[in-house]
Amino acid sequence: MMRARARDTELGLLLLVAIVTGGAYVLASLGKTASLPANIGPFLGVILGLLLVAHLVVRRVARNADAVLLPIAGLLNGLGYVFIARLNQDLAGLQATWTLIGIAAFIGTLFVVRQARDLDRYRYSFALLGVGLLMMPLLPGVGRVINGARLWVRLGPINFQPGELAKIALAIFFAAYLVEKRELLSDFGKGRLLPQPRAAAPLLLAWGFSLLVMTAEKDLGSSLLFFALFIGLLWIATDRAMYLGIGAGLFAMGSVFAYTSFTHVQERVKIWRNPWPHAADDGYQLVQGLYAMGSGGISGSGIGLGSPQKIPAAATDFIFAAIGEETGLIGTIAVVTAFLLMVGVGLRIALRADQPFEKLLATGLTLILGVQTFIILGGVTQLVPLTGITLPFVSYGGSSLIANYVLLALLLRISNDTVERRLRREGVDG
Amino acid sequence: MDRQIRKLGVALLVLFSALFVRLNHIQVVEAQELQNKPGNTRKATKDFARERGVIQTADGVVLAQSVPVDSAFKRLRQYPEKELFGHLTGFFSFTYGSSGLERAYNDDLAGRSERLRGVRDLLSDRTRTGNVTITVTKRLQTVAKDALGNRRGAVVALDPTTGAVLAMWAYPSFDPNPLSAHDQRAVQQAYQSLSADPAAKPMRSRAYQERYAPGSTFKVVTAAAALEKQPDLVTKSYPSQRELDLPQTNRNLRNFGGGTCGGALRDLLRVSCNTGFAQMGLDMGADKLVDQAKAFGFESRPPIDLTAVATSVLGEDDLARNKPALAYSSIGQQSVSATPLQMALVAAGVANGGVVMKPHLLAEVRDSEGQVVRSAQPEEWKRAMSPANAAALRDMMVGVVNDGTATRAKVPGAQVAAKTGTAQTVGNSAHAWIVAFAPAEAPKVAVAVIVESQSGNDDNLTGGRVAAPIAAAVIRAALGS
Repeated sequence: MMRARARDTELGLLLLVAIVTGGAYVLASLGKTASLPANIGPFLGVILGLLLVAHLVVRRVARNADAVLLPIAGLLNGLGYVFIARLNQDLAGLQATWTLIGIAAFIGTLFVVRQARDLDRYRYSFALLGVGLLMMPLLPGVGRVINGARLWVRLGPINFQPGELAKIALAIFFAAYLVEKRELLSDFGKGRLLPQPRAAAPLLLAWGFSLLVMTAEKDLGSSLLFFALFIGLLWIATDRAMYLGIGAGLFAMGSVFAYTSFTHVQERVKIWRNPWPHAADDGYQLVQGLYAMGSGGISGSGIGLGSPQKIPAAATDFIFAAIGEETGLIGTIAVVTAFLLMVGVGLRIALRADQPFEKLLATGLTLILGVQTFIILGGVTQLVPLTGITLPFVSYGGSSLIANYVLLALLLRISNDTVERRLRREGVDG
Repeated sequence: MDRQIRKLGVALLVLFSALFVRLNHIQVVEAQELQNKPGNTRKATKDFARERGVIQTADGVVLAQSVPVDSAFKRLRQYPEKELFGHLTGFFSFTYGSSGLERAYNDDLAGRSERLRGVRDLLSDRTRTGNVTITVTKRLQTVAKDALGNRRGAVVALDPTTGAVLAMWAYPSFDPNPLSAHDQRAVQQAYQSLSADPAAKPMRSRAYQERYAPGSTFKVVTAAAALEKQPDLVTKSYPSQRELDLPQTNRNLRNFGGGTCGGALRDLLRVSCNTGFAQMGLDMGADKLVDQAKAFGFESRPPIDLTAVATSVLGEDDLARNKPALAYSSIGQQSVSATPLQMALVAAGVANGGVVMKPHLLAEVRDSEGQVVRSAQPEEWKRAMSPANAAALRDMMVGVVNDGTATRAKVPGAQVAAKTGTAQTVGNSAHAWIVAFAPAEAPKVAVAVIVESQSGNDDNLTGGRVAAPIAAAVIRAALGS
């Protein structure tokens, strides 16, 4: 009974998502050309079709999984697609392909990872994979520098950002490693305030690694994300608040180092503190984003009726500003609420999980989603210094979309396993 | 672990709450400010693509119009009269926003004002743009331009009874066409080349955006103060002298050209006697002079329908204690600075029985079907003098023309009243000024003229010699003789 209700809820929500996204797509076309989009049929077909396939797979291989995550991801993905299509038709075609591949990755993950705890066994492979993926852009020949950051890899005709997938591999490794070593790591010894040197080594290693990513690839956002992920999981696994203090101290040192060593970091901080004197040059993007959101006001200009193409990188890092201009505060609050819901659901999955590894992995994956969302949205809204990073599910970008769909599949898998085990314990046929 | 996960949840909730707060700040609290930032071209982009009304002169000459073009912006704004009306129409630029009448009447021109919309617009799709007609004629504007020639300066002509601007020309001017074009690179180059010479400043109108020491034309204000606030000074005979020994300093105030003069107010004004007016200012005290200047509009922004209008000021905080400054202010020197528009308003106030009318360029706005949706009504701005005192001052200014420093302002068939000024600047040069109105008995036009930085010997650079003929030409044309 349980399973049917969860999947029916999911199906109902997915239909709502199709209606909302389809409506937004029609509005965007009406706003831009005052005519109905010629390809509304195929568009809805593809969106509905892809989500329906994903739904059917979930129904088959993870039938007790959470019912809300997939529809929210579909909504954000669909809304992002509408804005990408509204901004740049060429990118829209590519994004549709990436969505297809993303859903395929989602399905593949659900099929391959039949039990979340299987991942535990391959922890060192994932560690190697994560580090390897992260370091890939540094390899001569395949690494490429785009917009000053060396975090791209060129494989044949496509550019790929391996860091996006690396964060999931590392989350799996951290979760497995910390569950195994939590006794050691939480045992500071009698009366000691600091961890034993042997336990501190991994912490320093993670810190050094973050700094390396930052200096070698100039990718501040990812560097911060990895460090936050590691410290957060370390604290949750050990319940030693001291790790948060040490983490904050190391973060401060890293920040000072970054600020004094890199002019581009100083530039970001300068623009964050006051972008207006630099509105014509360094601060142009941030200022254009603020103009866009301010012009949107409460209700927005209407989809297709604003000028979000004035914002540099409107389809990727700054897509939120484009949404803010055309849908106003109502739209931005809706998008942020959608992310908050995902974070809430992710943490609920973590709380309900009965295996420490799954608990920690679900927390780590949710942390990635929440922190990454905050870093980019905080950057666009001038709450924190801006670092170029994608908005999960919404921004244009293949690597980001694929990685986030894999992340989603893992969360669904964990929630499904938890429910299934409980049902089995209660003697109900799962 | 659950406890920590809950704490993590709270932490993330706090971060996201900060986002909610910040979004409300950007999209509600600061929204208006962000929309109106000059660098935010969103509003202009919309205005560019839509139809836009015509600006035309009172004699039917088109000053600004939008023509359809084959580009992303759909329409190009054109200014057929080029620099002749550049300072009045302003420009309508994608890159630099808009200025002048284009900005002041943007809502009417773009068809966004309430008056241009009705219930039936819900049902029909008609053109809603408004066409703006101004009070200036091309005929008089051309006369002003030709009279000033290639000398830096300005000419302002008003109808003293209504406040309508009849001509407003400043040299150098600029052509708004290159700034309103669509090729942004070319627009930027045009803007930079117009901004290149900091002394020429062709985009700033010397008529209403630049201030100068008004020199002796300010004596009209000092005389008005005596008439209004201390009548015994009007008949007081000031000693005939070359220099006035100023209090608090060993500096002496001299007459223009080293002459000797004195007498009652009428004679002081006729020959523009510095020593007499300076002493008169000291006699009446700072408060009366300041009040009178304010009554003519100093220290207030003239409520004219243009953008970036400069406010004329006395510029000295403590005239009551600083006696030398008061003496020099009484003859329009020291820190007194006024726009030609403000000095024209002083002349217009005297001409109009003491009442300064609100200056305006708008005659009317008509919708695309020719219906008047809005027309300018004469409004009082300031009451500067009583009618009797204004008449007395007018008679004295007639004396200046008939038998004083402004004989070159005479025109055939009409009695002119005027006051000249020669405001010394650095070195051996001076700004030549005149304020005038005519016919004296029933004024139809009030004029202010400035010609910047005249150099030469004392006789050649005066307002009476340089500025008066320009005023005469404009008055003659305005009176249609």
